[in-house]
Amino acid sequence: MTTSAAQNFVNIGERTNVTGSARFRRLIKEADYETAVEVAREQVENGAQIIDVNMDEGLLDSEDAMVTFLNLIAAEPDIARVPVMVDSSKFEVIEAGLKCVQGRAVVNSISLKEGEDPFIRQARTCLSYGAAVVVMAFDEEGQADTAPRKIEICERAYRILTEKVGFAPQDIIFDPNIFAVATGIEEHNTYALDFIEAAREIRKRCPGAHISGGLSNISFSFRGNEAVRRAMHSVFLYHAIPAGMDMGIVNAGQLDIYDEIEPQLREAVEDVILNRREDATERLVDLAEDYRGQKGKSREKDTKWREEPVEKRLEHALIHGILDHVVEDTEEARQQKERPLHVIEGPLMDGMNIVGDLFGAGKMFLPQVVKSARVMKAAVAHLEPFMEKEKEEMGMVGKSNGKVLLATVKGDVHDIGKNIVGVVLACNGYEILDLGVMVPAETILDTAEKENVDMVGLSGLITPSLDEMVFVAAEMERRGMDLPLLIGGATTSPAHTAVKIEPAYGRAPIIHVSDASRAVGVVGALMSDEERPAYWEAAKARHERLRASRAGGPPTRRLPIGEAREQRFDPRPGAVDTPAPGFTGVQTYEDFDLAELARYIDWSPYFASWDLAGRYPAILEDEVVGEAATDLWNETQAMMQRLVGERWLSPKAVIGFWGARSQGDDILLETGDRLHTLRQQMVKTNERPNFALSDFIQPEGDHIGAFCVTAGPEADILAKQFEAAGDDYQAIMVKALADRFAEAMAEYMHRRVRRELWPYAPDENLDNEALIREKYRGIRPAPGYPAQPDHTEKETIFRLLDAEARIGVALTSSYAMDPSPSVSGLYFAHPESAYFAVGRIERDQVEDYATRKGWDVRKAERWLAPILNYDPYARVAAE
Amino acid sequence: MPELTETLSALTAEAKSRILILDGAMGTMIQAREPGEADFRGSRFTDWDKPLQGNNDLLNLTRPDMIEAIHGEFIAAGADLVETNTFSATSIAQADYAMEALASEIAEEGAKAARRAADSAGRPVGVLGAIGPTNKTLSLSPDVNNPGYREVTFDQVQAAYQEQAAAMAPHIDAFLIETIFDTLNAKAAIKALVDLGTDLPVVISGTITDASGRTLSGQTAEAFWYSVRHARPWAIGLNCALGAEAMRPHIAAIANLADTRVIAYPNAGLPNEFGEYDETPEETSAQLGEWASSGLVNILGGCCGTTPAHIAAIASAAKGKPPREIPSPAPMMRLSGLEPFDLAG
Repeated sequence: MTTSAAQNFVNIGERTNVTGSARFRRLIKEADYETAVEVAREQVENGAQIIDVNMDEGLLDSEDAMVTFLNLIAAEPDIARVPVMVDSSKFEVIEAGLKCVQGRAVVNSISLKEGEDPFIRQARTCLSYGAAVVVMAFDEEGQADTAPRKIEICERAYRILTEKVGFAPQDIIFDPNIFAVATGIEEHNTYALDFIEAAREIRKRCPGAHISGGLSNISFSFRGNEAVRRAMHSVFLYHAIPAGMDMGIVNAGQLDIYDEIEPQLREAVEDVILNRREDATERLVDLAEDYRGQKGKSREKDTKWREEPVEKRLEHALIHGILDHVVEDTEEARQQKERPLHVIEGPLMDGMNIVGDLFGAGKMFLPQVVKSARVMKAAVAHLEPFMEKEKEEMGMVGKSNGKVLLATVKGDVHDIGKNIVGVVLACNGYEILDLGVMVPAETILDTAEKENVDMVGLSGLITPSLDEMVFVAAEMERRGMDLPLLIGGATTSPAHTAVKIEPAYGRAPIIHVSDASRAVGVVGALMSDEERPAYWEAAKARHERLRASRAGGPPTRRLPIGEAREQRFDPRPGAVDTPAPGFTGVQTYEDFDLAELARYIDWSPYFASWDLAGRYPAILEDEVVGEAATDLWNETQAMMQRLVGERWLSPKAVIGFWGARSQGDDILLETGDRLHTLRQQMVKTNERPNFALSDFIQPEGDHIGAFCVTAGPEADILAKQFEAAGDDYQAIMVKALADRFAEAMAEYMHRRVRRELWPYAPDENLDNEALIREKYRGIRPAPGYPAQPDHTEKETIFRLLDAEARIGVALTSSYAMDPSPSVSGLYFAHPESAYFAVGRIERDQVEDYATRKGWDVRKAERWLAPILNYDPYARVAAE
Repeated sequence: MPELTETLSALTAEAKSRILILDGAMGTMIQAREPGEADFRGSRFTDWDKPLQGNNDLLNLTRPDMIEAIHGEFIAAGADLVETNTFSATSIAQADYAMEALASEIAEEGAKAARRAADSAGRPVGVLGAIGPTNKTLSLSPDVNNPGYREVTFDQVQAAYQEQAAAMAPHIDAFLIETIFDTLNAKAAIKALVDLGTDLPVVISGTITDASGRTLSGQTAEAFWYSVRHARPWAIGLNCALGAEAMRPHIAAIANLADTRVIAYPNAGLPNEFGEYDETPEETSAQLGEWASSGLVNILGGCCGTTPAHIAAIASAAKGKPPREIPSPAPMMRLSGLEPFDLAG
């Protein structure tokens, strides 16, 4: 199915519905309840989040069948864990069903068919059992077919239910009727569009209510033609979900991935669903003949490569990342070759070279490369025992293109990028010595010497890691080493490398590697005796230019801190409407529903972590990376299903609120603790104030909040297991997902804070897109980010929250959070609070800040190094 | 919408600023008085052809003085709310003694005894009409070979509850559906109250009997809350079972979600090999005092094994501690099977 809104879509299982499943109907008619229960179990195992039970069959005692079946599944914990949808057109059957269900069920359905009085009576009965209801768009005049009728009936039912019966809007689900299209009857051509339009409008007019529908109806005309039906279902959902359809009676097995539907079929189906051309039905009927008898998309093309010679097969498997046959193919190749190594040097490296070329040319993308690497690893793993044996017999040593040591520096735990570089290099024939995260300089350099590596790669994400890298470089200088040094990671830059690292270590090339695709080229050049001298010269020249451009020109003028403070933002107007938080002190939150959190994920950075640039969901359609992004997305969703279903992560949150008042640029808490903030010193040409975070807190008394959320330590453990199994692809994926969950937690908890815990915006109702765009009131700035670049402020936050004891998140020596999928920060509620960047600051503020923090100026300059508007070393030299 | 009695309105107001105290275990107190078969029979049931000892609720008819005195002791210990001695006053539970026909009378007299004790307290003391789980379960089959079998029907359970509720209604301030081990039984009780058309509010208390954190019928605390929240209870919580320590995470889960008061009244620990509860008032109250400090609860009391001394200790531990603030969770469709399921609007 399509992907864009999958997280917001509830899949209602339809296999236990006698009207929807011939097999289930037969089982019930034959009273084979044992097998019928198995159908329900499979359905839940396959991801149905609610199961629809319907026994409406003329020859059955529906009430008896309903009661018997519901009582039976109540005894099966694997099935009974999900809510039941009691489905019947007869209300007696529904009520009999409700009497068998201890959980909070859904009734499917009631309607205005018989008029208001019976509708109200039935709704009240549902309420007395605590059930939510599906309301069909059906009234005294019949079933609604056009959009205006659907909307009118649903709105009328909504008013009755919420105003007269006392239903919460969230407990109402409208079914605006999905009818078959492409029936040959002209009036039916708009049926899909009618549903989609009605859904959009009903969501608007009936806030809080949900939209559902029975999906299989849409493709009724193509019974027996599974391929076309699947395509129709997927295309329909692709358009209906964004319009507001958030539930559906869907057979998950009857869906294709939208992007994988053959373009010709997809277009024809889309023409029918969207009623885009008069002859849409005829064209689809014609085309449908080609698909008759096929189970979904054609497999023929997918297997043709199996007939190729073994070298071609291995190449195909590597390029397409297909694991299925790699061991048997590798074995076949091994038997043909004289030595197992020849398989690696021959077909496997040939395949990987093509992968590398395609990657270098921008025709393959990182997730695909990582998958290729997984295939390579599997092949090599198969060959290794043979090579070991050969080694023993011949006393040989394997050869590699070079040996690269990789490490995330001390104090930092981020390693996704480093792992990717490792994988990419490994598939290019380099031997990788990965020391992991938080590696002290001593360990890195001792190992480098002992293992006789060819170069060292350092990685880090947080700003203090920049200093640690300088330290490692200086240590290499001190030890007299002459190994090339590679620098990478999100906060590293060519400028920092040029200005700070290169001056510390001059004996070998230092290269900043901006992303994984560059790594192979860089390492290749450094390994080559011919290329290396020129390459080094070029790098040095580049760095020299960067240093010159930085040194050249006077720094931009800054306001004296006193003047900047006069331009402060005045928080007073706007104080009035902020209520006190629901509690003061600290509370811990656990047992989060991963499926719910998933709805708060901002996916764009996820793609960025795989070096795929673009906004989600547009990235899936992107001309350049769309295919890679879509493949990654589909595989990510498969992992998401397991991650959510098997509860791989255990997110936790700790939140605190305290009385607080601002005092100058500091914030004083009722606990006696003090938060320090930094003020913008840029000269503003507009009327904007010179902000500090303390400006958003009233000097007379106010509140402030703090939070730390984490996805938990599990992702690291899982990643290690994947790595151990040779599956770096999934290892990277699970870590990248854990990062997304941590961010989603931050989003989710912030929303909860605004709506309930510190309810200054109790009625806020923003969708995820609006949340991503920060449309809400209040901010949650984190130390180490532009509004407060000083990482050390985390120490105060962590002490206040007792975050290590409460949720197991600790700070490293560099103030990185461990486990790494964690987010922390402060909450400000002021209506005009906004994110800003402190920008560069002058020495007067640094001295003042040092006094406030109880530091000497040197220490302040070290922690604030990235934002100094002056060169502290120049001062030292002058003194 | 429930309409509050004068007493309950007064207590509702007080609940905003302090933690209310529920009484302790009626059964423990009756046992301590060691009533004999003769006490249970009184003069009215001398010829009853079944043994009656152990039918504690019957004492409402034969020894109302004893029941009223026990209520009085708990009130003196500081209870703001007392539970009627009607845990088994349904036709279903009384069937063990062939006293189905007397269930309604037992319920009514139990309510009256508690009312008398409450009204002579000299301060507002609320009477909660206790509705027990019965000894039959609607979600589980007693026959392992026939999982679809049920010993009773929903309609039978509802009818029994409705009879009990109607008998108590004139004398009480709220109903208390308690010790719920099967949520479907509780739903039948809720339906009974809806169909009875009573204005009285309801307090609902489940019991987590399983170390895995589930009710006997398999639900998590959250799923249980979702299943009964349509009753819009005056308070929701947990009682009985494995004692305070095992209850804490589940009370915390409910406290996190429920947009109403939270009530907790655990047993005095786990029973020893003689079925007695050894936890001292100090031990119980120390744990419950921590719950109060952590803002988990609005009402505290005791279940099996808790005496007036326990209640006095709990009251003193809760004293001066602010009640839990009632959160307003985001509106969502909240469904449940054995586990909760949320869908944002």
